[in-house]
Amino acid sequence: MEKAFKDETIDLDVQALIDNKRKKKSISGKIEKLVPAFLLLCASVSVLTTAGILFTLLRESITFFSSTSIFDFYTGTQWSPWSGHFGVLPLITGTLLITLIAAIVAVPLGLMSAIFLSEYASNRARKIIKPTLEVLAGIPTVVYGFFALTFVTPLLKSFLPGLGVFNALSAGIVVGIMIIPMIASLSEDAMNSVPNNLREGALALGATKLEVAFKVVLPAAFSGIMASIVLAISRAIGETMIVVIAAGASPALTFDPTRSIQTLTAFIVQGATGDTTFGSTIYYSIYAVGATLFIFTLLMNMLSQYISRKFREEY
Amino acid sequence: MLDTNQNNIQKRIRGRVLLNNVLKVLFFTSTTVGLIFLALLLYRVLTQGIGYLNGNFISNFPAPYPEEAGIFAGLIGSIMLIGIVAPVAIVIGVGTAIFLEEYAYKNRWTKFIQVNIQNLAGVPSIVYGLLGLTFFVYMLRFGYTLIAGGLTMALLVLPVIVVAAQEAIRSVPADIKEASYGMGASKWQTIRRVVLPAALPGILTGTILALSRAIGETAPLIIVGAATAIYTIPDSLLSKYTVMPIQIFNWTGRPQEEWQFVAAAGIIVLLIVLLLMNAIAVFIRNKF
Repeated sequence: MEKAFKDETIDLDVQALIDNKRKKKSISGKIEKLVPAFLLLCASVSVLTTAGILFTLLRESITFFSSTSIFDFYTGTQWSPWSGHFGVLPLITGTLLITLIAAIVAVPLGLMSAIFLSEYASNRARKIIKPTLEVLAGIPTVVYGFFALTFVTPLLKSFLPGLGVFNALSAGIVVGIMIIPMIASLSEDAMNSVPNNLREGALALGATKLEVAFKVVLPAAFSGIMASIVLAISRAIGETMIVVIAAGASPALTFDPTRSIQTLTAFIVQGATGDTTFGSTIYYSIYAVGATLFIFTLLMNMLSQYISRKFREEY
Repeated sequence: MLDTNQNNIQKRIRGRVLLNNVLKVLFFTSTTVGLIFLALLLYRVLTQGIGYLNGNFISNFPAPYPEEAGIFAGLIGSIMLIGIVAPVAIVIGVGTAIFLEEYAYKNRWTKFIQVNIQNLAGVPSIVYGLLGLTFFVYMLRFGYTLIAGGLTMALLVLPVIVVAAQEAIRSVPADIKEASYGMGASKWQTIRRVVLPAALPGILTGTILALSRAIGETAPLIIVGAATAIYTIPDSLLSKYTVMPIQIFNWTGRPQEEWQFVAAAGIIVLLIVLLLMNAIAVFIRNKF
């Protein structure tokens, strides 16, 4: 009797345990199936973002080009949307001018910093200098804009009296300084991944450090360096706040850096902040300009990826 | 004959060593240009702004006079904005990273998503502003509200978080995962209890850096209509809002010189917030 009772309780327990286990298993089985579905949903957000960007730019641009011919848009030399002239060339030259000045500042300085950090600096110096340089990349662009307007422009004015309050030169230089850490840091990474035995081989043959840098390391790290430069230039093309604050808002078909200009990005800000109403031609023109900007930066990014894939040296 | 030859060689060597030394100095000087610029920038901002930086500046709303203007609305707005950006971007970003690293087959689709994320990271921030303007402001009819700005910014920082989380997940050693499978754990159990805890410091560091980018970002918020002056704190997701960079931008654009000092004071507050966030990131990186 006692024995049977005991058995029963054990039986009951086991049954409960089994049920419990089954229940748990079916829940966790469901979770196992649901989780990947949820994660796939997350991953699709980034694809949808791209699709959304393409769709928005395309749709609103098409509306814009139904009233303004696409040919006039890309060949027109006068950009004064409030009086109905939509020729985007002045904005494009403005963007190119800023990018050019930025590249002239940033490419040599960035590359030389990278060479110093990777070939000359001691480990300790590199560990201090590199993160400090990267702080530059973390400073908000509105702060750079403030600095360009209130410090760099007055400073340049003491050398160039003809400089306007708003000018391409000051904005371009500051954009250049902003992208230095990008070039320096990424190029340094590329140079650092060149194996040391190549360096030691060259040094053993009697090369100076400079010769090692220019004849061994630079060619070996070429793809990474080029990719970093292209990426930085793409950043400069898309830079907005510095240009809005320091370069002014007068679209001009000029390569004179002392004048005020307007870039593609700066017009988008101007067009969106003015009393632009939804559905007006100016509203749609923002998107046409945005699409142009998007194509420029996309091409640069693809070029950067192509370079780093195509010319990569494997060791 | 031999002597002149040797002399020539020695001359050349001396020339090469000299060139090396000269350029070394040049390289060093170039490196310092960026550092000097950084120092100058900080010095200028500090000296200009410190006079306007006091309790009133922190607690005042925007005002028509420089002495009374404050950054309170911007500071609270920035914090609230991050309150939207952080959960949205972290859940979706880390989810994407787990999917790509742990679940996705290495096929064309996965590669496509990967390349797509890389390209998204290179899209200028202002283009995200345009997306937000069409999609959140007009299509979903959010208008110029906190939620429209927050979601736009979440999309903007998403690629950065995905890449950081992917790297962190990839660096979790395979043997502890295999040990977990060997104990009979399922895939999700392994991810939740083994992979994610091990990858957490890396994910957090990357996320904080991405969020600090969102705090400093101005252009897309101008496009999706952050206000330049509001006099009440946003009380719902559908309220008007402003953020610190927008306030700074607004002050910078005013002609009277006093406003520059106000802008500088605003920049100091912004930089302090960024510094705090980065300090947390560094702390997490060193702690774990």
